[in-house]
Amino acid sequence: MLAYILRRLVSSVVLLLVMSLLVFVGVYAIGNPVDLLISPEADQQEIARVIAALGLDKPLWEQYLIFFKAALSGDLGRSFAFNTPAIELVLQRMPATMELALMAMLIAIVLGIPLGLYAGLKPDAAFAKIIMAGSILGFSLPTFWVGLMLIMIFAVQLGWLPSTGRGETVLFLGLQWSIFTWDGLRHLLMPAFNLALFQLSLLIRLTRAGTREAVLQDYVKFARAKGLAMRRVIGLHVLKNIMIPIVTVIGLEFGSVLAFSIVTETIFAWPGMGKLLIDSINVLDRPVIVAYLLVIVFVFVMINLVVDVLYSALDPRVRLTGASA
Amino acid sequence: MNSTIDPTAPANAPMLAESPLKRFIALYCESRVASIALAVLACIVIVATFAPWVSPQDPYDLAAIDIMDARLAPGETSATGMTFLLGSDDQGRDLISAIIHGLRTSLGVGIVATIAAVAIGLGLGLVAAYAGGRTEFAIMRIVDLQLSFPAILIALVLLALLGQGVDKIIIALVTVQWAYYARTVRSTALVERNKDYVEAARCLRLSSARILFRHILPNCLPPLIVVATVQVAHAIALEATLSFLGLGLPITEPSLGLLIANGFAYLLSGKYWISFYPGVALLITIMSINLVADQLRDVLNPRLAR
Repeated sequence: MLAYILRRLVSSVVLLLVMSLLVFVGVYAIGNPVDLLISPEADQQEIARVIAALGLDKPLWEQYLIFFKAALSGDLGRSFAFNTPAIELVLQRMPATMELALMAMLIAIVLGIPLGLYAGLKPDAAFAKIIMAGSILGFSLPTFWVGLMLIMIFAVQLGWLPSTGRGETVLFLGLQWSIFTWDGLRHLLMPAFNLALFQLSLLIRLTRAGTREAVLQDYVKFARAKGLAMRRVIGLHVLKNIMIPIVTVIGLEFGSVLAFSIVTETIFAWPGMGKLLIDSINVLDRPVIVAYLLVIVFVFVMINLVVDVLYSALDPRVRLTGASA
Repeated sequence: MNSTIDPTAPANAPMLAESPLKRFIALYCESRVASIALAVLACIVIVATFAPWVSPQDPYDLAAIDIMDARLAPGETSATGMTFLLGSDDQGRDLISAIIHGLRTSLGVGIVATIAAVAIGLGLGLVAAYAGGRTEFAIMRIVDLQLSFPAILIALVLLALLGQGVDKIIIALVTVQWAYYARTVRSTALVERNKDYVEAARCLRLSSARILFRHILPNCLPPLIVVATVQVAHAIALEATLSFLGLGLPITEPSLGLLIANGFAYLLSGKYWISFYPGVALLITIMSINLVADQLRDVLNPRLAR
């Protein structure tokens, strides 16, 4: 087990290096931030001074070496636009994104698994059919459009929920949280539900498919024959068996929730990393884009690692030592 | 495929076995929802293809647009007597015309990107399965690397690098999609490669290329068709999302995503229709493609064959 985790860590580090090179070359090979950052009235000397200060006059490979050396010490350059360390800027925005993504995952799990279980146990019930039709709709609805429609209904027409920002936050464990204040929670609800919609549909379908397969298995018949209550058979035996694919998907989908938070944050003006990325792309703030991408690559690599380890813990049939992933 | 007639089979079995195509159509039409979805999709494609002849107004023709007609509510009539059934956008364009032309752009981009991605993925997937060894390792490593990141993230970064434009968004969509096809084709081709008919073809000393393209390829198509149908819907949704974020298509080529983005600014003042109707068009398109793909998966799946 330990050897497996170590091997996975090494390959993760290699992946990070490859990605840093790809990201650097990609982002630094195009676009000219000089045009954006220096006022058109600046004279030639002024332009040369700024270029030298930003290190843009050196050859690309030298820029990468400087960048790489600095990156190892946790310095990913300074934001052109804010003139603060890029990595700091990204990490500052990270808790807001994480809070939104976790809340979205929570909504998807808390609603998705019971609804999917119901639809799987009573596939012919009218409510189950409504759930399944809803899940197809959830797959097909473009996230950003749902966000706009939520704003239209709940913020503009009904006036129940605010449509922008994070609301009031409180300090807890050294981070700012929206979820612990009433105002913050009201701000969080709409973007989180918007973000959760796709994963909610996915979990409903997965749970339903798993349940329908599981209830036909011999162990369920056996447990019923032993005289166990249906409630206990479902709650213990069925749920335990269908959890394996569900946990894997929840883990992997967390990454996609983080990626899609870029869209949701832009719509609801949620001050997270995703909105920072879009803002930085619009002004070609390269250090921030690079910092965001490296942070998100790191998060993804970690998610994959955790999912793999969790998977092996849940399913004893998975033999980790023999696998060469 | 199976032409021997089983005397114990039900009476309609020989009829179904008439020809593969007829059997396929009969199986597909078993689901009423899927048939309706296919009909709706056909209508959308026809309307989008003939957009300049179908739409009441040419949204690209600046002479036909009057800024005085901007943001009219659905059903209102302009001074010149033109009725805007779904209202008008912020530049005074008739929303129905803009939606039809937007559909044309969105469908076009989605289909072209999917065809290109299928071609690349099919080629590389077949090569990986047939060549094996280092070639396979290299191709599949790139596929794994790419599939471990969400499509939207890769496409977003690519567009941030490349800039706006129809060609750029097609490049981005192809880049994020080819890996799905490569993986699908490789896994089916690996199974097919070891089957007897390939062995027979080898014994006849047919060339590798001939075996690959004339024998293995046709048998890899059914799962590929299902994946490609789903991916067209994904491509359209992704293009709309990227255009909404201002990274996809330029303002001169209004796709559905851009129309929705334009309406966002007026949403808070209650002018819902500029964002609402293009989104409905997008939803109907994506949903009908998804339903068709669902049914195709059932019909083309040999494990469910009746």
